[in-house]
Amino acid sequence: MDWTIWLEWFLKGLILCLLLLTGFAYLTLYERRALARIQIRVGPNRAGPQGLLQPIADAIKLIFKEELTPAKVYRFVFILAPVLTVVPSLIIAAVIPLGTSFMLFGREITLYVANLNVGVLYLMSIASIAVYGIVLAGWSSNNKYAMLGGIRSSAQMISYEISLGLCFAIAILLGNSMNLNDLVEAQRNIWFVVVQPAGALVFMFVVLAEVNRAPFDMPEAEQELTAGYHAEYSGMKFALFFMAEYQKMIVVSMIGATLFFGGYREPWFMTGWLNGLFSVDRFWFLGPAYLFIKVILLLFFMIWIRATWPRIRYDRLMALGWKILLPLTLVIAFITATGILLQQELNNPLFYWSIPILSIICLLAAVAFIYRDLRRKSHGRF
Amino acid sequence: MAQLEEVGVEKYKHLVSERALTGETMLLNMGPQHPSTHGVLRLLLELDGEIVVNCIPDVGFLHTGIEKNMEAKTYQKAEVMTDRLDYMNPIGNNLAYVMAVEKLVDVDVPPRAQALRVILTELQRIASHLVWLGTSGLDLAAMSMFLYCFREREQILDIFELVSGQRMMTTYIRPGGVWRDVPVEFENAVRDFIKIFPKRVDEYESLLTKNPLFIDRTVGIGILSREVALSHGVTGPMLRASGVDWDLRKARPYMGYEQYDFNVPVRPEGDTYARYLVRVRELRESLKIVEQALNRLPMGPVRSENRKIVPPPRSEIGVSMEALIHHFKLWTEGFPAPKASVYSAVESPRGELGVLLEGDGGPKPVRVHMRTPSFDNLSVLPEIVKGHLVADLVAVLASTDIVLGDIDR
Repeated sequence: MDWTIWLEWFLKGLILCLLLLTGFAYLTLYERRALARIQIRVGPNRAGPQGLLQPIADAIKLIFKEELTPAKVYRFVFILAPVLTVVPSLIIAAVIPLGTSFMLFGREITLYVANLNVGVLYLMSIASIAVYGIVLAGWSSNNKYAMLGGIRSSAQMISYEISLGLCFAIAILLGNSMNLNDLVEAQRNIWFVVVQPAGALVFMFVVLAEVNRAPFDMPEAEQELTAGYHAEYSGMKFALFFMAEYQKMIVVSMIGATLFFGGYREPWFMTGWLNGLFSVDRFWFLGPAYLFIKVILLLFFMIWIRATWPRIRYDRLMALGWKILLPLTLVIAFITATGILLQQELNNPLFYWSIPILSIICLLAAVAFIYRDLRRKSHGRF
Repeated sequence: MAQLEEVGVEKYKHLVSERALTGETMLLNMGPQHPSTHGVLRLLLELDGEIVVNCIPDVGFLHTGIEKNMEAKTYQKAEVMTDRLDYMNPIGNNLAYVMAVEKLVDVDVPPRAQALRVILTELQRIASHLVWLGTSGLDLAAMSMFLYCFREREQILDIFELVSGQRMMTTYIRPGGVWRDVPVEFENAVRDFIKIFPKRVDEYESLLTKNPLFIDRTVGIGILSREVALSHGVTGPMLRASGVDWDLRKARPYMGYEQYDFNVPVRPEGDTYARYLVRVRELRESLKIVEQALNRLPMGPVRSENRKIVPPPRSEIGVSMEALIHHFKLWTEGFPAPKASVYSAVESPRGELGVLLEGDGGPKPVRVHMRTPSFDNLSVLPEIVKGHLVADLVAVLASTDIVLGDIDR
């Protein structure tokens, strides 16, 4: 094997890590500015033009903060937990394709770190590891609030992982592959969000629970558990948790974009415009740009929800996960599989297009079920 | 390094259930430093998983000795302490105290001053309810509510600054009237607010009232029955949300409240959602009162002519020897009050705010006691949160709308 391939992998991995690390820092700024806009505030705008240096100022502050380790903590686990949280959120991005490829010094550089044929499984498994960090942080902190946060988190993530897996399955069925590159290429003609809008919507909600974002931010529910699992962490150890949370946001947005919104590809209807001027096939650098735009939009969706909605209660969260989302995703996955099979067997596109219609009907039925439940509970007051 | 001491459950065994002694349930200390205890309230929780088995409020962290301090001051100067009592309702506290003083020394209040008092206390009620709405939204993680509500509260505080020079600690209402007449900009400022506010309340309601997540968090949570509410002396919106139509503004009208046309919102359910609905309706009703009072605001003096109680205006001091003497006497010695005991109560945003005032013939009260609504309203908390989750405890606590300055005095 050529030594340059090692160099290429190393450099690509390094650049991806650096991208995520900077992305995390600027995501905090993006979130704070967007939230401020929604909440008729200004947001951080002092450090640098438009507050662009704020993340750097924050980083410097956190680095120089005193790190307190409370008495009677399980020291080894206490230090291990932030590492266990942040590493999966970095390495999970390895299989996500950022674009096609380009030529550099006579060799083809692909815009992904690993072209794994079971990429989706890799995502699932790495996403599950992250929960260890949170649980261990809560458990080792010798703090009851942190422990409650850790317990909530483990239950929540396990519950929602099943629905998440089924959402992945929908994309796998539609793309007929577990390789993320193939999945993106399969969306050349149409994005999966059009074929399976219900699946994409459910996916976005499930990942909110998976990355502990509002309204599913149980583990760190500030008003109840003060800071939840990271209550006892300070300085850089806290920064690592913070980093992991925001990197996970970026990464799940990338995954969501890849699975349902065409990944790095241009919108399918734009392929032919102006002789392919907007096509990734013609200009490789459009790939990362499209992905960036999609990630920004999906992140805005998360921030918007955080600004608007109250937090759901813990037991209702579990009920929602097990009683509504799990059956719903199961039915949607079943509809998708059946539709694809019938279309292939009978060669009739009608079956293929019955997938979105039936799925949306199922989604509406689930929403109606939630509303009926609420109405019964409130004795018709609402 | 300080010695660490393990606090055993033995210390609390008279407060918690027997299951805590065996370690089956967990004791959790919530507060006094906790984001959603609305100040320095400490709650000792006994939890079974996340279900609240026992909740023991521990008050007194904000005790500032307001009642005792007032005994060392003359009747006029003691009023400044009342601003600090319930810091969400300083004008209402002023009113309650001043009404007690007026009852004790028997001084008349001109109609214009009465109307101004009504306008300002109702604006204060709106401001207080806005803080409640914002913080209880925040406690359910609807974080934007907080900033939206503070936008309107800011407008009200600007009006207070306009009339009194202070945003919060106004001491604007004085025995025998108000400090001085409102400036000319006052009417327009209030009219602007009246014009803009109904739309803003609609916005709040569109964010919360029909929001499934909000309904899920509040309906059927922390049900306070009529009987429990009455037996604990609960007053104000909490009582009205439990189906008791009791509002001092209607039941024992003061300051000419009987001339205004307004409704007292009552809900029979007694849960957190009912308390929310009652307070949001009260926002609109208070605005109705403000509008009516402003429309029929009479002209005339804003202070009583009783020179033994009310200091003379500046302009008189230069030309009248009596005025100079009165001014000197009132600001050095104060006015004497008869040896008597009076109680007067107003409807504060939280409930019945009563002041018991006892005079001994001298210029200082011998006893001042406040009957503060937050204290009694908090006393039902342990009863209504039992069996709910910690997250519900936060919602219920927010819906009781306590102010720690009001509780600890």
